Amino acid sequence: MRYINKFLVSVLFGFTTLTANAGWLDLNMTQGVTDISQEVFGLHMLILWICVAIGVIVFGAMFWSIMMHRKSRGVKPATFHESTSLEFLWTIVPFVILIGMAIPATSTLIKMYDHSDSEIHIKITGYQWLWEYEYLNTDVSFYSKLSTPYNEIYNKKEKNINYLQEVDNQLVLPVNKKIRFLLTSNDVLHAWWVPDLALKKDAIPGFINEMSVVINEPGIYRGRCAELCGRHHGFMPIVIRAVEEKEYDEWLANAGKDNTSGLAKINK
Amino acid sequence: MSSVVKDAHHEDHPSGIMRWITTTNHKDIGTLYLWFAMIMFFIGGLMALVIRSELFQPGLQFVDPQFFNSMTTMHALVMIFGVVMPAFTGLANWMIPIMIGGPDMALPRMNNWSFWIMPFAFSMLLSTLWMDGGAPAGGWTLYPPLSLQTGDAFPFLIFAIHFMGLSSIMGAINIVATILNMRAPGMTLMKMPLFVWTWLITAFLLIAVMPVLAGGVTMLLTDKFFGTSFFNAAGGGDPVMFQHIFWFFGHPEVYILILPSFGVVSAIIPTFARKPLFGYSSMVYATASIAFLSFIVWAHHMFTVGMPLAGEVFFMFATMLIAVPTGVKVFNWVTTMWKGAMTFETPMLFAIGFIIMFTIGGFSGLMLAITPADFQYHDTYFVVAHFHYVLVPGSIFAIMAACYFWLPKWTGNMYPETLGKIHFWLSTFFVNLTFFPMHFVGLAGMPRRIPDYSLQFADYNMIASIGAFGFGFAQLIFLYIIIKTIKGGAKATDKVWEGSEGLEWTLSSPPPYHSFNTPPVIK
Repeated sequence: MRYINKFLVSVLFGFTTLTANAGWLDLNMTQGVTDISQEVFGLHMLILWICVAIGVIVFGAMFWSIMMHRKSRGVKPATFHESTSLEFLWTIVPFVILIGMAIPATSTLIKMYDHSDSEIHIKITGYQWLWEYEYLNTDVSFYSKLSTPYNEIYNKKEKNINYLQEVDNQLVLPVNKKIRFLLTSNDVLHAWWVPDLALKKDAIPGFINEMSVVINEPGIYRGRCAELCGRHHGFMPIVIRAVEEKEYDEWLANAGKDNTSGLAKINK
Repeated sequence: MSSVVKDAHHEDHPSGIMRWITTTNHKDIGTLYLWFAMIMFFIGGLMALVIRSELFQPGLQFVDPQFFNSMTTMHALVMIFGVVMPAFTGLANWMIPIMIGGPDMALPRMNNWSFWIMPFAFSMLLSTLWMDGGAPAGGWTLYPPLSLQTGDAFPFLIFAIHFMGLSSIMGAINIVATILNMRAPGMTLMKMPLFVWTWLITAFLLIAVMPVLAGGVTMLLTDKFFGTSFFNAAGGGDPVMFQHIFWFFGHPEVYILILPSFGVVSAIIPTFARKPLFGYSSMVYATASIAFLSFIVWAHHMFTVGMPLAGEVFFMFATMLIAVPTGVKVFNWVTTMWKGAMTFETPMLFAIGFIIMFTIGGFSGLMLAITPADFQYHDTYFVVAHFHYVLVPGSIFAIMAACYFWLPKWTGNMYPETLGKIHFWLSTFFVNLTFFPMHFVGLAGMPRRIPDYSLQFADYNMIASIGAFGFGFAQLIFLYIIIKTIKGGAKATDKVWEGSEGLEWTLSSPPPYHSFNTPPVIK
């Protein structure tokens, strides 16, 4: 019933009313929890509003024309059919707008490619269909796979709130430290994506890809595999638990020592 | 303009099924292509409905995830190679010889062959649905290593693609030869209708890139069966190289799917605005620029593979540049409408719908060009929304506009106008209901090609599924209208539309089996 209501409401009032129901965040890109992800969000909104502005002008002119320049109003068609200055104008103006867009985009991109001064290095390996996290230069290394029970997937049990975005072993990371990820795959292509960190990169067998992040706030951040990798592509989520540095250090020390946790290298 | 001389002797052709199998007549072959596209449209549509049924609610309800992946893969292959490309080739076959005042295509026997390859290619492709290991499920992009995990279907998939490519290349060669050699005296290149121009450029794109695809999939084939390691990292190969090869084909392919629709819309808007097309020559140059740019933007499909910074920046800038000539086209169409005397018959409605919704797809395309933002959009439903906006209310709407526009000419009968308008409004409503919410789930983090999703995406997926079923069933009206119009209806005049301009409207409706045996006089 809830769905039917929402559907009817959205049909009647466009999708705007759904915003009130579902919350603005459901409709838009996440702002994320890193400086870079905020910048990416800013770029996204900037280009969106540029498109909206162009749309208003172009569609506005078009709708005006559709309302006013119709045969049923008895208008006689004009005969003009070219204007070099107009063509020149609408080539140059979009070009200038694009340059205005390209500058901030390039600047953000350059920051995203700066992996210098990283303090923590983690190797991520994609498998069909789970992730392996290896904390380089420590004793911690573990697999992380979907923990949602099959009963929920096959509709035999009610789905919990974190349906399909919960894992057995979470990736624990410290906040306010630069973390570098090295990404590869053991079989087919995968892509490691956590929207809140604005990180997405392909895991490719035979290649090692690189990305880095500084997380600003503690919390649980959920992501998923974003490159088709076979039958269970939809079932290999990522869960990050970002904690204060002290808590991270304690976790790392215990995880490396505890042979029963499944987190220590020795278990493999 | 000249009157058409009917020559009874030339009207002879075999009847029944042999007429269609042995035909070398451009009109018959055009009709075959269009019906083929129609059948494939419903087959591909059914696959889309399997996808949307499974995605109606979270959880696995109807199909196995592997079969779901087969459906997304096959839906794409069928819709791209089996619907949009043949439909445009069918339109080209029907209209190009007439529009340039030629008697037929330049290479009529090859024309027959390039059509009749298609049913075999698609029988082969669709037969994989019943094979061990299932139909191809690695995505239509066929990325290795995943595509190499395909079962028995694999060689059938590769050979089906080879055949489709062969058919496209032959069709394209024929179109180029026709346009360059069969024009009536006085039909200079810059007097050709824009539909002919866009197809000439499209045909060159096809000739350039279909062999690249053929090469790429052949390397997949030898990797799978003959021990090569082109794309196998363990053997010293490079899986990313396939993506470069594929998208060097794939991006021009995107414009192969859209450029002819620019031509269709450029024919329809002036007709119903009763005003000449604004900026004809700039339209030609814009089309050529888009075609050129299409060769240097391919890696924007691969922003997340880990290219060096310089590569990312180059492909971002080149991609953004495409907005300029595309914008020129949209501005020209709107200016063509400006101060015209418009009426809104079904073809005009579809053409206007095309401009608006194609532009929306263009906007999301521009957003996708921004590399840092693309890291968030890439491989999500935002991309799915983007390319469906340019392909469904883009290419497909343009094909439908063309069908309504030329159907009275082809059949000699007017289609039922009210029903056509109902078809338009239902299609427009449901196509937006299907694809607009996909922007939202994409931005909210839903990856594409997944059979099941977490709970926050549920509402919009349900709406999209309802829209998909509505859109699918609305197309039955289209089928009904076409069959009804072929069978009868109000007689169409030769000119059909008040504002029509061009050689096709100087012929009778329907046109004689062989037209322009004597070249028309071009003013």
